[in-house]
Amino acid sequence: MTVFVSSLARDWRANLRQPSQIINPLAFFLLVVSLFPLGVGPEPLVLARIAPGVVWVLALLAALLSVEGLYRQDYDDGSLEQLVIGARPLYFAVLGKATSQWLVTGAPLTLLAPIAGFMLYLPTEQVGWLMLSLALGTPTITLLAGIGAALTVGVNRGGTLLALIILPLFVPVLIFGTAVTETMLLGASREFPLLILCALLAASITLAPFAIAAALKIGVEQ
Amino acid sequence: MSSGRETDSGAQRKPHGWLKTLWHKLGSPRWFYDIGGRWLYGFGAFAVVLLTIGTIWGLAVAPIDYQQGNSYRIMFVHVPTAIVAQSCFMLCGAAGMVLLVWRMKMADMALEAAVPIGLLMSALALASGSIWGRPTWGAWWVSDARTVSTLIMLFLYIALYALRGAIPRAEAAGRACAVLAIVGLVNIPIIKYSVEWWNTLHQTSSFSVVERPAMPASMYLPLLLNVIGFYCFFATVLIARMRTLVLKKESGARWVQEL
Repeated sequence: MTVFVSSLARDWRANLRQPSQIINPLAFFLLVVSLFPLGVGPEPLVLARIAPGVVWVLALLAALLSVEGLYRQDYDDGSLEQLVIGARPLYFAVLGKATSQWLVTGAPLTLLAPIAGFMLYLPTEQVGWLMLSLALGTPTITLLAGIGAALTVGVNRGGTLLALIILPLFVPVLIFGTAVTETMLLGASREFPLLILCALLAASITLAPFAIAAALKIGVEQ
Repeated sequence: MSSGRETDSGAQRKPHGWLKTLWHKLGSPRWFYDIGGRWLYGFGAFAVVLLTIGTIWGLAVAPIDYQQGNSYRIMFVHVPTAIVAQSCFMLCGAAGMVLLVWRMKMADMALEAAVPIGLLMSALALASGSIWGRPTWGAWWVSDARTVSTLIMLFLYIALYALRGAIPRAEAAGRACAVLAIVGLVNIPIIKYSVEWWNTLHQTSSFSVVERPAMPASMYLPLLLNVIGFYCFFATVLIARMRTLVLKKESGARWVQEL
């Protein structure tokens, strides 16, 4: 547990010292959202229909953008190696890093979702559900993205490779995340996709750190 | 004395001892190269015979479908490629686990050899399905659970292929691919069920076409022959590729240089 807290605190401080790494993906998110009315046309009904999907896909892309450097700096300055060869369990250190990553990407993105929703004419009563679905789904996304970031840690210019590896894994989160807000339009229950999102989150908290730790060990050895 | 010893060791031998021996032998690249050369011809011969009979039977002899006409015949290629692509993914995941747990060289080579075959098989399955879908569903692409999960499997194959190419050190590349193959194996069923659920939400009208009554034997048997034939073909190509990899990676060993 102390490993978790110290790793979380260290990354939190490191992130705060580089505000551009936090702000850029969020600015990207809002910028692309504002492009959709220009591309699709300003009709409120069309935009409201695609709003949850647009916000969710952009959340995936923003996570992709921000996760690329998650282990890169630690790899370059050697602290990742110390983390891997150290006696303390890598599982909790990885979980701490993922939590701090979520705090600077997933959490602010969830808070920005209402702005995106208003830009796309999402009905006001749906905004809360959109935020809830993002709050439950983005931690899973951060953890899954962490697997890709760890696998490509030693690869130069691994950006497109990273996208290739992790975007397919995001599919279930995308489907159930958008389903939470889309059910309103189709009249099905909200409870089911929300529970599945919780299940996916529980599964990825338990399993993803093992995959990340294994990938980091391989990355450090090479 | 010697006969007494033999019976002793025979009594101590555990059940499935031969399986354990095979397992240990499989770890040896040289043994695999030798025996693979023989397996290659066996599987190759089976593949040629089964695929010839199955394809001629399926394309020329099997009756015309009362709903789809002749277009259904593409299933004699489509179904086997899809099945082999899925099995190949399971093989990749299993090889990945063996590699991470026992660090077996041959598992790494199996994973490396299997990925391009699986990639081509899933691409073939998607292409043939799309050609079949045009006259049957009226669209080149219908996002149903199977097509989407096969497409994602194709992307994972591409990712596995690209990841191996991107990491310079061969051993690290192999183990990174093993992690990705296992992650993919865990995720494919989740992806499949989520897309299935998504599809019932976004109901498409063309779906009842897929659910036909059970096939008559005159269609089923050639399909079965082709499925087994494609498995043999897969085994042939896999073994051939693995033997090439053995030669490439063991090129410093004396037995390779003596070949």
